[in-house]
Amino acid sequence: MAAHAGGLRNTAKNTAKNTAKDTAEDTAGGRATVRIEGLVRSFGERRVLDGLDLSIATGEFVALLGRSGSGKSTLLRALARLDHDVAGSGVLTAPDHVSVVFQDARLLPWKRLLDNVVLGLDGPSAEQHGKDALAEVGLAGRERAWPVELSGGEQQRVSLVRSLVREPRLLLADEPFGALDALTRIRMHALLRRLCERHRPAVLLVTHDVDEAIALADRVVVLDRGRIAADLPVDLPAPRRHGSTAYAALRGRLLGHLGVELGETAP
Amino acid sequence: MSTTSTTSTTGTTGTTAFGTEEAPAADAPVTTARRARPGRGRKRLGPGRPVRYGWALGPLLLLAVWAAGSGLGLFDPRSLPAPWTVAGTAGDLVAEGRLQSHLATSAQRALLGLLFGVAAGLVLALVSGLSRLGEAVIDGPVQIKRAVPSLALIPLLILWFGIGETMKVVTIALGVFVPVYIHTHNGLRTIDNRYAELAETVRLGRWAFVRHVVLPGALPGFLLGMRFAVTGAWLALVVVEQVNATSGIGYMMELARTYGQTDVILVGLVVYGLLGLVSDALVRIVERRALSWRRTLAG
Repeated sequence: MAAHAGGLRNTAKNTAKNTAKDTAEDTAGGRATVRIEGLVRSFGERRVLDGLDLSIATGEFVALLGRSGSGKSTLLRALARLDHDVAGSGVLTAPDHVSVVFQDARLLPWKRLLDNVVLGLDGPSAEQHGKDALAEVGLAGRERAWPVELSGGEQQRVSLVRSLVREPRLLLADEPFGALDALTRIRMHALLRRLCERHRPAVLLVTHDVDEAIALADRVVVLDRGRIAADLPVDLPAPRRHGSTAYAALRGRLLGHLGVELGETAP
Repeated sequence: MSTTSTTSTTGTTGTTAFGTEEAPAADAPVTTARRARPGRGRKRLGPGRPVRYGWALGPLLLLAVWAAGSGLGLFDPRSLPAPWTVAGTAGDLVAEGRLQSHLATSAQRALLGLLFGVAAGLVLALVSGLSRLGEAVIDGPVQIKRAVPSLALIPLLILWFGIGETMKVVTIALGVFVPVYIHTHNGLRTIDNRYAELAETVRLGRWAFVRHVVLPGALPGFLLGMRFAVTGAWLALVVVEQVNATSGIGYMMELARTYGQTDVILVGLVVYGLLGLVSDALVRIVERRALSWRRTLAG
C-alpha cells in the first residue's frame, strides 16, 4: 500500500505518515483498501471534487453514480493517479496495484491480443496466465489476433482480462460498458461479476446507469457537486430482479438522488 | 392509382395489378432480384480490390509510347534515341564494366548518406518527440534547415569538406534527415495520449513505454519518411555527382553531355529511375510487413 496525496499541494510528510498508518492498519486486520478524506480537485476556479470522503473495503464492489459533470471521472482519475497537473488537496490512500478499465477498450493496435494482455508483465508465467485468462473470457485460440479483428464486446473483454491478470487490489472501471450494445452489456455484467468473485479485487465502477449499478454492486454511492450525496448498500436477494419491490424502492431512491423524480420516468 | 400498384407488387394479393401494364409494377421485382446478390446495386466508395501487377502498368505504358514514337520516326534520335538503342548502349557499358563501377560508387555514396541521414533524423525526432525541452531546442533549427535547399548549401559544404567523398555523403545525409525527422516526429506527436495513460496504469517504465508504445506508434510515420528519404537520397546524388565528381552515374552522364552522347545520358536516367523505384518498393514491402496490424483503404 502506498499513500498518495494526489495533486501537488500535499506534502511528503503527509504521504509517509499515511503509509505507516495504513500498513499498521492492514496488519491489524483493517479492511479499507481505499480511504479518501477531504479530497479536493479543481480545474481553474471550479472545484470538481469538494472535500469528498469515501472508503472502500477489501473485496468490496462499489458503484459510483452521478450526473455528467458531477466529478465521477475526476475521482477515478485521482485514484488511478492519472491527474497530473491538476490542483488539489486531501488525503487519498490507495493500493499500488490498481488496474483501470476505460470506456474504450484501449488496446494497443500494434500488439497481438496476448501481448496486449501481458503488456508490462515479465516472464514466461505471465504468458501462461494471459492465455488462461483469455480462455476464461471465451477468447482461447485468439492470442495472435490483432485488436482490429475483434468486435467491440470482444475488445472490452480483452481489456478486462488485461486489468485482472495483474491481480490488482483495486479495479477502477470508467463506464466500461457504455459503448456496448444492450445484449453484450448484459453478458459483460455476468462476466465482470464472475471475474470479480474469482479475483476478489475492490472495485469502483463509474456508471450513469442505475440498473447497472444495482445489478453489480455491493454498495452504490451517488456523487453530487463534488461530494457523496448518498451511500446505499444493495442488500437484495441473489438474483436481482427488476420486478421486486425492494429493487424498485432502491432504484427510486437512487434516481431521486440523481434528481430524477419517478413521476417523470413512469409511463 | 399509384398507391394501388405499389401495394400490389410488394403485397401478397398482387396478381391482378401485376397483370396491368403499370410502369412501377414492372420495375419493382427487378429491384428485389438485384438485392439478392451481395454488394450489387450500390456504388463502392473505397478504391476496391487491388489490380494485379498494377504497379507495372504506368511505366510499361510510358515505355510503349516511347517505343512507338521512335519506331514511327516521331522523335529525332539525336534528341531522344530509341529504347533499343539505349538498351544496346547499356549492354556495351556493362560489357566494358563502366556502368557497374559507376553504379557501385553511386550506390556507396547514397547508402552512406542514407545511413547517416536516417540515423540523425531518427535520433533527433525521438529526442524532440519525447521531451518538450528537446522539441524546443531541436525543432526550430530543423524547420530552418528544411527551408534552405540542399543545393544552396553545396558551396559552403565544398569550402568545409573539400570536393571529396565527405562533402557528397554529408550533402545526401542533410537532404535525407529532414523527411525522416518530420514524419517520425509527426508520428510521435500524433500517438494518442490515451495510450500514454494506459502505459501509466499498467506501470510501464520510461524505456518500456518507448519500446511498446512510442516506437511502434511512430513506425508508420517513420516508414513514410523513409520513402521520401530513399528517393531523396538518389536526387541529392544526381546533384553532387555533377559537381566536381570523377566517378558515379552522375559523372558518367555529365561526361556524356560533353560528347553529345544522348543514349548514355538516357542510360543514366533509366538507372536512376530504376534505383528510385526499386528502393521505394523495398520500403513499401517493409511497410506492409511491419504494419500488418493496420486495415486501411490501401488494403
